[in-house]
Amino acid sequence: MEESQYIEELRPPLTSGGIIGWVKLNLFNGVFNSILTISTICLLWKVIPPLVQWTFIDSIWNSTAAQCKAADGACWSIIPSNIRFIMFGFYPYESQWRPLLAMILFAILIIFSRNRNHWKKSLGYAWIAGVFFMGLLLRGGVLGLTSVESSQWGGLPLTLILSVFGMVAAYPLGIVLSLGRRSQLPVIKSFCIVYIELIRGVPLISVLFMSSFMFPLFLPEGVAIDKILRAQVAIILFFAAYIAEAVRGGLQAVSQGQYEGADSLGLNYYQKMRLVILPQALRIVIPPTVNILITAFKDTSLVVIIALYDVLMSTKTVLSNPQWMGFSTEAYIFVALIYFAFCFPMSKYSQRLEKELDTTR
Amino acid sequence: MSSVIQTKERFWNDSSKRAIIYQVLVIGIIGMIGYYLFTNIQANLENQSIATGFSFLAKESSFEVTESLIPHSANHTYANALLVGVLNTLKVAFIGIVLTIVFGTFVGVARLSTNWLLAKLAAIYIEVMRNIPVLLQLFFWYTIFYENLPSPRQALSPAKGIFLCNRGLYLSALEPDSAYVYMALAFLTGCLAVFFLRRWALKRQEETGKFPPVFYVSLGILIGLPLITWLIAGAPFEMNTPRLKGFNFEGGMNISPEFSALLVGLVLYTAAFVAEIVRAGIQSVSQGQKEAAISLGLKPHRVLTLVVLPQALRVIIPPLTGQMLDLTKNSSLAVAIGYPDFVSMANTTINQTGQAIEGVGLIMVVFLSFSLLTSIFMNMYNKKIALIER
Repeated sequence: MEESQYIEELRPPLTSGGIIGWVKLNLFNGVFNSILTISTICLLWKVIPPLVQWTFIDSIWNSTAAQCKAADGACWSIIPSNIRFIMFGFYPYESQWRPLLAMILFAILIIFSRNRNHWKKSLGYAWIAGVFFMGLLLRGGVLGLTSVESSQWGGLPLTLILSVFGMVAAYPLGIVLSLGRRSQLPVIKSFCIVYIELIRGVPLISVLFMSSFMFPLFLPEGVAIDKILRAQVAIILFFAAYIAEAVRGGLQAVSQGQYEGADSLGLNYYQKMRLVILPQALRIVIPPTVNILITAFKDTSLVVIIALYDVLMSTKTVLSNPQWMGFSTEAYIFVALIYFAFCFPMSKYSQRLEKELDTTR
Repeated sequence: MSSVIQTKERFWNDSSKRAIIYQVLVIGIIGMIGYYLFTNIQANLENQSIATGFSFLAKESSFEVTESLIPHSANHTYANALLVGVLNTLKVAFIGIVLTIVFGTFVGVARLSTNWLLAKLAAIYIEVMRNIPVLLQLFFWYTIFYENLPSPRQALSPAKGIFLCNRGLYLSALEPDSAYVYMALAFLTGCLAVFFLRRWALKRQEETGKFPPVFYVSLGILIGLPLITWLIAGAPFEMNTPRLKGFNFEGGMNISPEFSALLVGLVLYTAAFVAEIVRAGIQSVSQGQKEAAISLGLKPHRVLTLVVLPQALRVIIPPLTGQMLDLTKNSSLAVAIGYPDFVSMANTTINQTGQAIEGVGLIMVVFLSFSLLTSIFMNMYNKKIALIER
């Protein structure tokens, strides 16, 4: 056996190893990049310390409004002092555990649904039961729960109801519209095209205006539907058009052979769609659907304009209280954090799904 | 068992007849719903004694508008008020679109930068902006511009002749002079000249293979012509500076806090989406294309303008059009912060006259025509740059 020789270990080249190497490679490669890095650091140096000072060091976290006015920093006390109104609006104070429980239930369902191994029929039933139970909790009137009119609903639960329930109800409508758009029958096709393009061409606010100004005129005399339901209908009708376009993308992505195969098996239109085409198409459109859900969640904030008490409106109401006037920045940052906490994980999840469901690679 | 051959098809098994039945059914149902709603509307309007039709447009609107491009006062008509709204919407949409494309492209390129710090900052910016409702952002900026800035008496003055206060941004403006009109004309002439120069240069390149130095010549024409006009006209340079008078500024140019909040909010929000589109577009051009262009001996800026950009734009333009339309549609949120755009004018009109159907109808028609015009224009452009398969 040969005597093993020891070769001196080579150190990694300076430019690509260690912290200094990394900094050199990523921040100071070339003159232009160095200038960019230095000017960015200068900018951050100007912005971040005062921001940190305002947000954390000089800020007040738990005090009365009067103490806040005297302080230099952020007044976060506006949040704990009004948290229950911001979160639940005009929902009766002593019953606010009910929407809270409903939201916890909702969160559990969402977290459980994230895992694709749980995507079975039973999950669908769980969702139906969950939604029913949540509605029961909010509405009350049975099992010894006091009845709470929907006009008193508000805050975050309202935002969630409008967006999530809106999406769930808009989905079947969107599928029907997209199938109609690809139909051979000219009347149905043109009706669906007109509907989809009309809705997609106008801003959501005009549809909400329609719900608040025009719906009352549509109904026979003496019949009145409350504001929240009208806004909900408007949101459903609006997002159905967007879902229809997403589903159409999915229908187009299913290969022609699948359509022909289904035809040659002798399936009729409904069997073909239900058993062959839609299961494949809807799988493709899951990521865009999540994106529409994010948009819907953000856009429900527009109900502020027709004076519904969603989480943004309840915050504005707190801010119109003379005691807390002038702390809008803090309150808006808090609401922004709420929205971000919902939307950011959803968008990351949608990106992940897109990668996982992409069978072309 | 004998095989049964059905000679006569039942009519509901004939697909063409069935199609007709379905369509008649759909028309019937829609017609019935429409008729039901229509009769309800008529009955309701009669009960509330609201006259239908657009005659209210000619009536005197009894409200003032804080900012408008054309004169409007309480004794102008509703039609005029709505026109003010359309112009204000177009103003914020146009400026917003230009700024969004510039800023969004910058962020998108920064996101792809090899500079780690810049790329991370751009990524954080995009994620934060995309995941917060635009309405909330508008409220936030409005608070910043309206509540957090000092009153006119304590106005901030970052530079001479510029004042920043809760009544908006006051800038010095040039005193109107006929020379500026001529300068604008000179500039337009310059644009025309550059257009023809480019055409000639391309033709010359095809003939001789040499490309004349068009860029510097056009730059000279575009700057030089207006400059010469200005000098000939006697170089007028009189400024109208804003002065504090009473509780507010007078003179100069004013940009209201409502407009600033709307513009800043829309631009920062939409730019995040545009940045992602630009990034995707640039990434869609394969590395091989760049390498091939470099190996052909093209200079870096020619690689960009002749090879990378034309291919990236093909991917960028369609979604970008969608974003521009979204920005225009989102400008309707102005109604929430009190900028007199078209929707808030229509809203006021509806509240004053009770003409809800006409008002909402007008909103829809105006926005639909914006969308239609944009998509026609963009389809034309798209056709021009689309890949011609041979």
